[in-house]
Amino acid sequence: MAEKQVVTIDGNEAAASVAHRLSEVAVIYPITPSSNMGELADEWSSHKKTNIWGGVPKIVEMQSEAGAIGSVHGALQAGSLCTTFTASQGLLLMIPNMFKIAGELTSFVMHVAARCVATHALSIFGDHSDIMACRQTGFAMLGSINVQEAHDQAAIAMAISLRSRIPFLHFFDGFRTSHELNRAVLLSDDELRAIVKQEWVDAHRARALTPDRPLLRGTAQNPDTFFQAREACNSYYDRVPQIVKEEMERFAALTGRKYVPYEYQGHPNADRVVIVMGSGAETVSETVKYLTGRGEKVGVIIIRLYRPFAIDMFISALPGSTKRIAVLDRTKEPGAGGEPLYQDVLTALYQAQQAGVLPTGEIPAIIGGRYGLSSKEFTPAMVKAVYDELAKPTPKTRFTVGIVDDVTHLSLAVDESFDIETDDTVRALFFGLGADGTVGANKNSIKIIGDETDLHAQGYFVYDSKKSGAMTTSHLRFGKEPIRAPYLIRKASFIACHQFQFLEKTDIVESASDGAVFLLNSPYAKEEVWNHIPREIQQTIITKKLKFYAIDANAVAKKTGMGTRINTIMQTCFFAISGVLPRDEAIAAIKKAIKKTYGKRGEEVVRRNFEAVDQTLAHLAEIAMTPAPTSTIRLGTFEQPAMPDFVKRVSAVMMAGKGDNLPVSAFPVDGTWPTGTTKYEKRNIAIDIPQWEPGICIQCNKCAFVCPHAAIRPKVYEAAQLEGSPAGFKSVPYKAPDFKGLTYTLQVAPEDCTGCNLCVVVCPAKDKSDAKRKAINMTPRMDIRDRERDNYEFFLNIPELDRARLTRIDAKATQLLLPLFEYSGACGGCGETPYVKLLTQLFGDRLVVANATGCSSIYSGNLPTTPYTTDRNGRGPAWCNSLFEDNAEFGLGILLGLTEHRNHAERLLKQFSGQIGDTLLTGLVTSTQQGEAAVAEQRARVVELRKLIAPITDPKARLLESLADYLVRKSVWLLGGDGWAYDIGYGGLDHVMSLPYDVNVLVMDTEVYSNTGGQASKSTPIGASAKFAANGKGTQKKDLGLIAMSYRNAYVASVAFGANDNHTVKAFLEAEAYRGPSLIIAYSHCIAHGYDLKIGTDQQKLAVDSGVWPLYRYDPRLVNTGKPPLQVDSPMTPKAAVRDYLRNETRFAMVEKIDPVRFKELSEASVRNTAQRLSLYKELANIAYPTTTGESPAAPANGAAQPKEGA
Amino acid sequence: MDISTKYLGFDLESPIIPGASPLTADMDSVRQLEDAGAPMIIMHSIFQEQLEHEEVALNYGLEQGEQSFAEALSYLPLPDQFRLGPDEYLEHVAKIKAAVKVPVVASLNGRTLGGWTEYAKKIEQAGADALELNIYDPVLAAAPDSTSVELATVEVIRAVREAVKLPLAVKLSPFYTSLVHFAHRVDATGVRGLVLFNRFYQPDIDLETLELHRTLKLSTSEELLPRLRWTAALFNHVGADLCITGGVHSVYDVCKSVMVGASAVQVASALLVHGPEHLGVLRKQLYRWLETHEYESLQQMRGSMSLIRTPNPSAFERGNYMKILQTWAPA
Repeated sequence: MAEKQVVTIDGNEAAASVAHRLSEVAVIYPITPSSNMGELADEWSSHKKTNIWGGVPKIVEMQSEAGAIGSVHGALQAGSLCTTFTASQGLLLMIPNMFKIAGELTSFVMHVAARCVATHALSIFGDHSDIMACRQTGFAMLGSINVQEAHDQAAIAMAISLRSRIPFLHFFDGFRTSHELNRAVLLSDDELRAIVKQEWVDAHRARALTPDRPLLRGTAQNPDTFFQAREACNSYYDRVPQIVKEEMERFAALTGRKYVPYEYQGHPNADRVVIVMGSGAETVSETVKYLTGRGEKVGVIIIRLYRPFAIDMFISALPGSTKRIAVLDRTKEPGAGGEPLYQDVLTALYQAQQAGVLPTGEIPAIIGGRYGLSSKEFTPAMVKAVYDELAKPTPKTRFTVGIVDDVTHLSLAVDESFDIETDDTVRALFFGLGADGTVGANKNSIKIIGDETDLHAQGYFVYDSKKSGAMTTSHLRFGKEPIRAPYLIRKASFIACHQFQFLEKTDIVESASDGAVFLLNSPYAKEEVWNHIPREIQQTIITKKLKFYAIDANAVAKKTGMGTRINTIMQTCFFAISGVLPRDEAIAAIKKAIKKTYGKRGEEVVRRNFEAVDQTLAHLAEIAMTPAPTSTIRLGTFEQPAMPDFVKRVSAVMMAGKGDNLPVSAFPVDGTWPTGTTKYEKRNIAIDIPQWEPGICIQCNKCAFVCPHAAIRPKVYEAAQLEGSPAGFKSVPYKAPDFKGLTYTLQVAPEDCTGCNLCVVVCPAKDKSDAKRKAINMTPRMDIRDRERDNYEFFLNIPELDRARLTRIDAKATQLLLPLFEYSGACGGCGETPYVKLLTQLFGDRLVVANATGCSSIYSGNLPTTPYTTDRNGRGPAWCNSLFEDNAEFGLGILLGLTEHRNHAERLLKQFSGQIGDTLLTGLVTSTQQGEAAVAEQRARVVELRKLIAPITDPKARLLESLADYLVRKSVWLLGGDGWAYDIGYGGLDHVMSLPYDVNVLVMDTEVYSNTGGQASKSTPIGASAKFAANGKGTQKKDLGLIAMSYRNAYVASVAFGANDNHTVKAFLEAEAYRGPSLIIAYSHCIAHGYDLKIGTDQQKLAVDSGVWPLYRYDPRLVNTGKPPLQVDSPMTPKAAVRDYLRNETRFAMVEKIDPVRFKELSEASVRNTAQRLSLYKELANIAYPTTTGESPAAPANGAAQPKEGA
Repeated sequence: MDISTKYLGFDLESPIIPGASPLTADMDSVRQLEDAGAPMIIMHSIFQEQLEHEEVALNYGLEQGEQSFAEALSYLPLPDQFRLGPDEYLEHVAKIKAAVKVPVVASLNGRTLGGWTEYAKKIEQAGADALELNIYDPVLAAAPDSTSVELATVEVIRAVREAVKLPLAVKLSPFYTSLVHFAHRVDATGVRGLVLFNRFYQPDIDLETLELHRTLKLSTSEELLPRLRWTAALFNHVGADLCITGGVHSVYDVCKSVMVGASAVQVASALLVHGPEHLGVLRKQLYRWLETHEYESLQQMRGSMSLIRTPNPSAFERGNYMKILQTWAPA
């Protein structure tokens, strides 16, 4: 037998490796945390990797999971071997077809990285709520508990499914297994060929639909036959458990790795037994080993085959000595008598007892508990708590573990000091920033150690909820024994802090064990480091006798041409001082890994990394400590005096990374959270921030317009407001005539700026004596932070300009309006958030947002803090996210509800017309509320109305009071990205655009699935490389605007603020004013385009000038005026070359590096299609529709009617 | 009429060579050039600095945002292999070499000594017949001094000379303190050709935005004049063949160039304006001009107006400059 191939991979790769080799077709749709499986399959197929039959599997990305499973169903009917990968909501979208596939007894395995289903909140993390929603479908379910099993059981499931004809859902825990790196032995193709017998494959193919042997499936059956026919499959399900057992035995004979459907581990005479499935089983199993070693009679049954639930096999696994059982469910079924696994166990025990086969005689006491929802930590200490509970005289029948439930008191107390990990494992913790490459380097280190030495290695990575400046924590374990610890490191023998600023507020060395090594990236010289770290951290270092090393990694990175990437440098430090490998051996291994990783990206990249390794060793220094703390710097806190109580009690704790400590009582019961909390976070992630030079500034406000984080703002105000300003506060006379005599200030929020540079690049004002100096210039944050913090606080307190005074709203004027979207966690330089911010500036105090899942829902709603905020009156955007696929429908529903509130209020107004008076009533009902002044007048009318009806005792007056605010027109906006609008939500969007309702749609078009990592959408342009279109997408971008125009009822605009900000503003205003459906498609530069986003606006301009992204507005109201409704607002004759636009972005440019001939073809097609599209628009822009039919009586032309269905 | 010449050791049917331009980047136009009578193909330059920049930019584009956010651990697909700058260029050398019968001269601009020799070796392996070293290094800082700059350049040339067996040509800048002296030093390294002169990208200023703009203007015959002067000065003083590039547009420019001593001329701007077929037109015109003026061969004409042979050598020198100024009077 050939030598076993041992590799270090994550669970997704482990499962996908088998799935790809055992499939002819894979149809997928991205969803976290399963996306990587589909991506890997696609990558392998694009590299021509074959399945075990010598073919390259065909990988197709669909428009949704519903689409994916539909195609899977079809491929299966055609007799092919097909797979898919999914999770959570995506799995739920597949359920209807799963019933069909199972009902037709179709051999098929799908791989699920089990993830939480959104309820009161979305969560991308792991639990079993998705798979539990599929119990009724007829799919068999096989659960894997670790990376090796995810690999092995992927193959076993295929064998069983082909042999039994029952489709299988193979699952493992999202993130905890799907993203954990661990060592695994790979199955060879020969082994796979032995596991999956050809005769079964042949039988599957023989069942195919083919006109050569015509058959029919999918009949409609009636009451006379459906029931009996449904029962006809029973024997197939009955056979499954035995087949599973046999195939697992055959697998063991082939590979030496033994699995059983229900595995008992623990004391042979255990009195207390836990029943569990998924990665938690490993934690229980390891804890059981520890406890039995100390004489406790405990055991665990690991459930691998969950459906069909084989009662006999399960019962025979249970020791006869069992007195008490705790069933652990990683899901919640509110209102049920117990969670699903608990109920299954109860049923099994009862049936076994009835049949007289229960080894325990009597049914043991059974308790059921929930654990680990949304990847909540599940540790040996928690397992111990469960066994302790079982040992109590009257254990809780239903419990939770891992949280503190101080409301319903279901939670078990956990002894946090309980620890089963031994000192022979190296446990290393690394704190880094996303942009510095820490995680990538650690993955590299694990592969070096796991693949090149005999040591076992495990890696797990925790990311915070922000996209810009995200803190990453890497948990790495290395040891001589296999590492079965699917939980975070609590005591580390090595701690590395890759970003000095983390020390300001976080006790980085809290988890250090005594004598551990502490490595710090510090900007200070080795003699100065000690006194620059907070006193509390000094104390811990001294008390725990840590060995303290430091390096100025950023300086080394700069010197060696690595930019801000300190990954290689810190990785070298780790190997140099951790002692995991001999130093020379480690350095050689790092260089080998660098060559492997970067070799394909060019020798210069390799050379710079090598240089960084060599320079690192010369700069790493051990830091001398004092016997007692000497620092005058104190560890800061996230809590601020100005915080509202809730923010202080809850949000601040979450900001500090201590959310795990919050009890149940701390939380809203329905997922409703306050807005306006990002302002308390003060993330301080920028190295440099802009500094204003008033003497150079031309007060154009372009910097503020483009700022993705509302971290640079202008204000116009009376000079008297300057009284009491801080010494360094800058102001100048306002230049333009509209507010002549007022004062102007441009102020930076120093602690909220991400340092993206967009504002400086866009600034058009230059010093006449020194052209490189602009009106704003990047300056080291630490040099000006304290001063600017005071300035910003003063600035915020200066009253806003009265909105009603703005008579002309252009791009410059919008920036004098208060943004009600600020400091989001979007990527630095994000191209979407300037649009969202603008929306809130224009309509924020009456804005309702329905937000499709995606980047915009994450940066808007991912806790701990949220960026939508309120004005001085407490008004601001109300925001909600329903799902990815239904946002248009959801938003329409909001509009319908608001409209009915208004209609109700109007009916009530009429009932009180006598008391209200005609003038006010007419004003209230007929005001168009167009423009700031008109809205202000309506608000004044509502105030007046309240006064007038306050004395009325009729209960209907109270009702009118509660509805009165709906008389002020609400602005309903449906926000989302192209994944939603072009793909998964297109059906709903299309329908909403066809209706006459006053909803406004803002599609922030990044031309790719940005949030899930760059998969192609129907918006992806021809020639762009994206996942599932690695060699460049070969088809045109869908023209969503043109489709919407075809209804002739919808306002449609295409905008790009970087090319023409005034045009963007005009489109927003027109869309909002139009009382029917409006669609704005907004060019949004994105990190997935592969260039430094500071030049995002330049690229937008190139996109527009080259004709790739035409600017236009289609206004149905123009039809009645006899004018063409389509106005093209960008050059019809391109002013720039399409190729110049393409070559600036890695997504296009890399295609040339992959396949120059294809690039030439695609770029030529892009040029051609751009010209064709412009030519079409040119024609359309000349068409003025007839306003009469020519028949009598005249009927309004389609599109001419002004719909009046709105809030 | 024999219009053949010898350049870099190759016997060329004509002295009119298509110089480096976008025309050599496209296989169709390369074939058109050969059909039009190109005696040799000079390829566009491979710029080490640009290649390194492209590699670093590609890596940046791929790495940006990677491993930062749980839902998106990367944003772009990672192909098995990228065909990076040198590979593309080298493949292009091989393609041209396979497509044409005439000698193919690659062109290189290095950044580091190691880069110069490494890329030169790769170009040799790719099958180029000769190599033109494109010395393009405008020194804008106060240091190093002119001697150091010249020494470093000669060192590069020597290193490449030792690294490869290919005939080498060196494309000179017009900006040397003592061009003839420097040319001698270069000549002493054993190069086979000197090309006069490099044309640089000249940045221009946008008065509204206060930004610099890169400009590339096609040459005109006006630019030929300094090249005539310095070729005339070098003729018979160096062993290397002389080649004029920059400002050769008409048959008259070709004749003048040969008269001052050029073995060959490179034409680029004229071909970009008139198309590859213009090469054939120039060739025919040269043939006719020589016949009309009763030359026996091109060789007879070569160097006839060089500094050592011209009837009024002072015209190439400062004296002539003085004379023109003194004789000029307002109309």
